[in-house]
Amino acid sequence: MYAIEVESLTKRYRAALAVNAISFTVSYGETIGLLGGNGAGKTTTIAMLLGLLVPTSGQIKVLGFDMHKDRFSALARLNFSSPYVALPHRLTVAENLRVYANLYNVKHVEKRIGELAEELEITNLLSRPAGQLSAGQKTRVALAKSLINRPELLLLDEPTASLDPDTGDLVRSWLERYRASSGCTILLASHNMDEVARLCGPVLMMKQGRIVDRGTTAELLTRYNRAHLEDVFLDIARSRSNTESPVTA
Amino acid sequence: MIISLRRIWGLVYRHLTLFRRSWPRLLDLAYWPVLQMTIWGFTSQFFAARLGNHGAVTVGMMLGGVLLWEMALRSHLGFAITFMEEIWSRNLGHIFVSPLRPWELVAALLSMSMIRMSLGVVPAALVAGLLYHFNILSVGPVVVLFAANLILMGWWVALSCVSLILSQGGGAESLVWSMLIGLSPLAAVYYPVAVMPWWLQKLALSLPAAHVFEGLRAAIGQGVIRWDELAWAGGLNAAWMAGAILLFMQQFHAARRNGAFMNIGE
Repeated sequence: MYAIEVESLTKRYRAALAVNAISFTVSYGETIGLLGGNGAGKTTTIAMLLGLLVPTSGQIKVLGFDMHKDRFSALARLNFSSPYVALPHRLTVAENLRVYANLYNVKHVEKRIGELAEELEITNLLSRPAGQLSAGQKTRVALAKSLINRPELLLLDEPTASLDPDTGDLVRSWLERYRASSGCTILLASHNMDEVARLCGPVLMMKQGRIVDRGTTAELLTRYNRAHLEDVFLDIARSRSNTESPVTA
Repeated sequence: MIISLRRIWGLVYRHLTLFRRSWPRLLDLAYWPVLQMTIWGFTSQFFAARLGNHGAVTVGMMLGGVLLWEMALRSHLGFAITFMEEIWSRNLGHIFVSPLRPWELVAALLSMSMIRMSLGVVPAALVAGLLYHFNILSVGPVVVLFAANLILMGWWVALSCVSLILSQGGGAESLVWSMLIGLSPLAAVYYPVAVMPWWLQKLALSLPAAHVFEGLRAAIGQGVIRWDELAWAGGLNAAWMAGAILLFMQQFHAARRNGAFMNIGE
């Protein structure tokens, strides 16, 4: 039993093949990284995992639910955060969190908002409109939104994009603590190699819609004979690796 | 079909909160209905003074028409603009990855439509009473059926607009403002269907509004309830609503296939 099971997942937009027959599994409690350049298919893959996008072919099971037949059962138990999807700007942070608490049928809403505000250090932001927050504050608020329903699975699309190193580190530390305390499964798409190396166990390397390699950071570094994950990324992005054939595992 | 009132309330709360913080938004809801009522009220009184005994009836028909047509317009705009607010705030991505079902979204839009419509039409009705001594309820209980049919018409036109936005993206937004207003000439709000050319009559009679306003004129002018017109309005609304629901379902599924929810604000 896996938190995520993806089998031969393909998404085609007319002539463009955005995701090409990828297969992978993620165990419960695991944090998996999705690495790849722009247009590699990471966001499309996440959108399909969330049921926001219907695959052209292939199977997706999330938390044991078939996303084609029963996506709402899965959606109630997972959540998502991306700096590219905004929260309503004119609502205050507390109002935004109340909206999503209701959408996810969260019990004891005010108590939950208080807990999250304390954990993510956003108590002083609760009465401020979301549109007036800095990038770092928005990221913490978006994380609070994504945790409002105590998700068993968290999908994060570049969660620390455009953050300064200090705020980025704060978010990563918080994610580590949350994972340790909740046992939550996390799928993390990122361009930040240090972040992936720090947070993720297995890493899926994507290029042109395919998974071209996978393994832990240590395995990838050994396989490509590199000291940094960024060099592995560049090897794959520029097709200088010895691992040319796509791997589906 | 599972429907959660809590999820519907979540979305309604999100939109009500916007009004709580912005008096211009509240004012905007009542502005046009009150303006329309004021202009048409004085115009009606001017013509009524020249019609002698028929004057009061003419004023009733005109002001009743203005008020009921505003119900259709405001329910349409209330539904469609609430959906567009989600596009403008780029929030659809969050909404559609929550457990909110499409029909709960529609229920929330209908609730907001009723709230927005009431906030617009009630002040206009008060103006009609204060300035022109016209009370729409004096038409009788049948006015509820007239209003219900026009609100339903506003909803299926709005649902069609939302479907178009799902299909064509933000570029179709302008249709939201103009679609129902564009049907005004065929709605026969201020004149009977009989004054139109025969081919336009056919088109007008395919809309529930034309039957409602024929019924309104009969009720005010002759004191007669035209159940046949109400039956036509109800039947046409049912048919058009069924078509709009099918279109919405089709476009919703198409939007999930082509990724529209990921970039519909662009």
